[in-house]
Amino acid sequence: MPRITVSRRAVLRTAGLGAAALAAGCTGFATTGGGGMVFLSTQFRPVDEAQRFRDLLARTISGVSYVTIEEGPFAGQVRSQVDAGATRIGLLGGLHGDLAPLADGYLEDVTDVLARLGDHRWPADYLELARAGSDRTWYVPWATASYILAAHQDALENLPSGVDPAALSYDDLLDWAVAARRAEGRPVLGLPAGPKGLLHRFTQGYLLPSFTGGQITTFRSAEAVTAWEYLRELWANCVPSSTTYDFMQEPMESGEVRLAWDHVVRLVSAPRQRPDSWRMLPSPRGPRGLGYMAVLAGMAIPKGSTDPELARRTIEALSLPRTQVELLRSNSFFPAVAADLPDDLSPAIAMEAQAVRRQQDAEDAILSLPPVGLGEREGEVSKVFQDTFRSIVLDGAPIRSTLDGQARVLQGILDELRVPCWAPDPPAGRCEVS
Amino acid sequence: MRSRSPWLLLLPSLVLMAALFGWPLVQAVLAAFRDEGGFTLAHWQRLLTDPYFLPALRNTVLLIVIVLPVQLALAIGMALLVQARPRFIGGHFYLWCVPLAISELAAGLVWLSVFDNRGYLNSLLVSLGLSENGVQWLSYENTTTMLLTVVIAEIWRATSLVFVIVVAGMQVIPRDYDEAAQVFGASLGQRLRHVTLPLLMPSLQVALILRTILALQAFAVAQALTGRDFPLLVGETYEWYVNLRNPAVSSAVALVVLALSLGTALLYLRTVRQPEGAR
Amino acid sequence: MTIDVRDPVRPAPMLPPVDVAPLRRARLRATGVQAACVAVSLFMALPIVLIGLAAVSSRAALAEFPKPLVPSEFALDSLLSFLRATGTLPALGNSVLAGLYAVFWSLVVGAPAGYALARHAFRGKDAYQMFILLVRALPIVVLSVPLATMFLRLDVYDTVLAVTLVHTALALPTTVLITASIFVSVPADLEEAAQVFGCTRWQAARRVVVPLALPGLAASSIFTFVLSWNELLGATVVTLGHRTLPAQVLTSLAEASVAYRFAGGFALILPALLFIFVMRRYLLNLWGTTLR
Repeated sequence: MPRITVSRRAVLRTAGLGAAALAAGCTGFATTGGGGMVFLSTQFRPVDEAQRFRDLLARTISGVSYVTIEEGPFAGQVRSQVDAGATRIGLLGGLHGDLAPLADGYLEDVTDVLARLGDHRWPADYLELARAGSDRTWYVPWATASYILAAHQDALENLPSGVDPAALSYDDLLDWAVAARRAEGRPVLGLPAGPKGLLHRFTQGYLLPSFTGGQITTFRSAEAVTAWEYLRELWANCVPSSTTYDFMQEPMESGEVRLAWDHVVRLVSAPRQRPDSWRMLPSPRGPRGLGYMAVLAGMAIPKGSTDPELARRTIEALSLPRTQVELLRSNSFFPAVAADLPDDLSPAIAMEAQAVRRQQDAEDAILSLPPVGLGEREGEVSKVFQDTFRSIVLDGAPIRSTLDGQARVLQGILDELRVPCWAPDPPAGRCEVS
Repeated sequence: MRSRSPWLLLLPSLVLMAALFGWPLVQAVLAAFRDEGGFTLAHWQRLLTDPYFLPALRNTVLLIVIVLPVQLALAIGMALLVQARPRFIGGHFYLWCVPLAISELAAGLVWLSVFDNRGYLNSLLVSLGLSENGVQWLSYENTTTMLLTVVIAEIWRATSLVFVIVVAGMQVIPRDYDEAAQVFGASLGQRLRHVTLPLLMPSLQVALILRTILALQAFAVAQALTGRDFPLLVGETYEWYVNLRNPAVSSAVALVVLALSLGTALLYLRTVRQPEGAR
Repeated sequence: MTIDVRDPVRPAPMLPPVDVAPLRRARLRATGVQAACVAVSLFMALPIVLIGLAAVSSRAALAEFPKPLVPSEFALDSLLSFLRATGTLPALGNSVLAGLYAVFWSLVVGAPAGYALARHAFRGKDAYQMFILLVRALPIVVLSVPLATMFLRLDVYDTVLAVTLVHTALALPTTVLITASIFVSVPADLEEAAQVFGCTRWQAARRVVVPLALPGLAASSIFTFVLSWNELLGATVVTLGHRTLPAQVLTSLAEASVAYRFAGGFALILPALLFIFVMRRYLLNLWGTTLR
């Protein structure tokens, strides 16, 4: 019977396939490139960015392979490996928010590495962050970034007369957004309110400090109410699909957005494609000053690192001002150490660097830090700002009662942790929403 | 012959599952009810007061209630078309199976390229002159179009699974049953209702159970299309675990998903009974 | 996109020459069926064509609005950069290995269980099915840390074997349920008849049941392979230096720039298209021979 022949052949084929697969080994093929010590990082994940950083790393030091991973699995990997006493990683890279939660028992003390590198002049704020609320240093500041505005030439044409785009106030920004909307017949201002967007950094580090002078203590002040009223008005002039934007550079490239606020790395591709069409501007200022936030990435050594010696050497090599400028060229992250920026940067990076510097050097600048010492609960603090935005701005909930409600959630988290406030709030004692 | 214990055949799968997931599962369940001080319901309280939880629950149920019947009807229709053996059926069959191979991630990207403000659909509308700037399909203000886009994307992505199960099920239904019914003058509708569907029950049951459970696990498509504007339960699990670093609340959401899945699966097992005659 | 299942063909009005009517009806019916098939095919294929076109568009062409169907400028650089990225080819190998292992093991472990469910009525049947579903029903993210810890302790962490184990377990519900529904539809009488004619129980299963169940087994293999091919989170948490393709280059797809998104999405689809193509022929051949 033909049917049985077919089936027997099929069965044999399946069995053969299985046997062949089994014989091919159970470990699989190494995907780390050259092999060597694993440098696990949450940064430069997109394939092109990762490749650019790998090239930089290969030029800097040998025997290190760069492996990228998302934030959640990153924490999981480090925790499970250290807990099991079988660390397979040599070096870690991540944002302050990725590394600080691991400081309690998952990282090696790198105070000595920092001491040996002493002459690189890191800003004191960064070193404070790297201590994660303790008296030892848990990671070496690696690179920084900030958030700025980007404006297309078309949008600049609609700028209300008499306004200096490089010294905007929040009211100017609103007027500008309204004028641009009227001229174009549709809103052109975009904010990164998508699921991976960083809009909460806008409220946390820019809007609220500029209006209230604080981030946490002034969370439910009368000035905060004004700030949220302002954001509601601004939002009415934003592209409605802002709630899907994670990175502003895409809608900027597609022409959907002509005026945007975002993280420098998430803006850079648009001016890189068309340097003549875009201008990078410092963030606006409010009644209390120009609030801005610094983003800090660091390098840390996990407990039980596979090669602590090589890890230390890698940190040292990547902390050299020269290498940090190279990182700026290849991946648009700014040096964490005091480094002189060369003149031959690409136009997009040079524009960004200028805007960032103007923002930092403004007389009324108010530096905000990402939450300090909150460890694992940091995400929940961000969530307070995200949820407040959603309730007030998207769902139109009353501002006063929303702020009161969210302030209770915020206070609940702070009460459990008993931490002092961080900049721009006064650091004394325990942090409380007044 | 029937007396030999079936457990010998079930044993390998039981061992594998228990070894791999048993202990982590227990830990996850415990995490949802425990903190340093012992038993607590605080995580559940935190979850219930979260502004995303109830919308996520509502969206998840809504999506399943809309998508599942459409998929089932579509898949049966497609299977009947295959049975009619039209020309080029090989090509059609291939294309109908293709979405099987496409990950949620890719499916989300595919439909984003269509429904995006400057995507293919709006391009079509604008070039045909039907609309000046296109329709804001994915805006958080248009809950209906948002739901519609997610429904379409899910139907596209996952109907193939139901289709293949149904086709495989139909292949083993003896053709003479249908022919006999035809000889006795039964209409297509009658044959479908009294012959094909009852014999298809085991396959339908499987398709329903699997689709429901997989649908409850799906969120990447909705996330790619609408961001956080159309939250789904599993998306919330990820959000709490990955971004908020709160495994306890995450486990609580996961248990809600689990309860929903097992509840519906039990419902199907009880109501869509396998016909005894097929044994 | 709906298909009128109940009545795809409207009976043609009665015409005087009685002998022509059935022929016309049949022709009309064939046309209707074909139209429905084409409609479904378009719905299924068009989005893939679109992402394929987007994947080979230049960045400038992607930013155009309104977009023409065929991009104004082609560029392969984003697609190629996936190929050139460190570890893509080994990761491809790992994905294929993990997929094949998972297909093999899920059939070895799952098909007997499916057979038991189909042929035996026993206490605890519902409980068993529930247990099998339990794993698939719990979002795997909450299991990720305990799972990785366990593999580390067992010293199989960061191997294709670890990925295979996770994927096999994830695929078991599909395999068990599909094979059960297939075995149930193979009449037990046939098997008994074979035994009456002198086959042993094992021979009866192999010669009678397995051939009839092959389309179903093939279908469940497709599911397993595709699941393994596309699975992201499990592969990310149990490997580090021996990753599968999605974990190696595609984790970051959602946050890459738009050109890379489409290129990466398409790069992920292509091999799977090929796989389905191969399996499709296998499936079609089979049911030509199992006609009764």
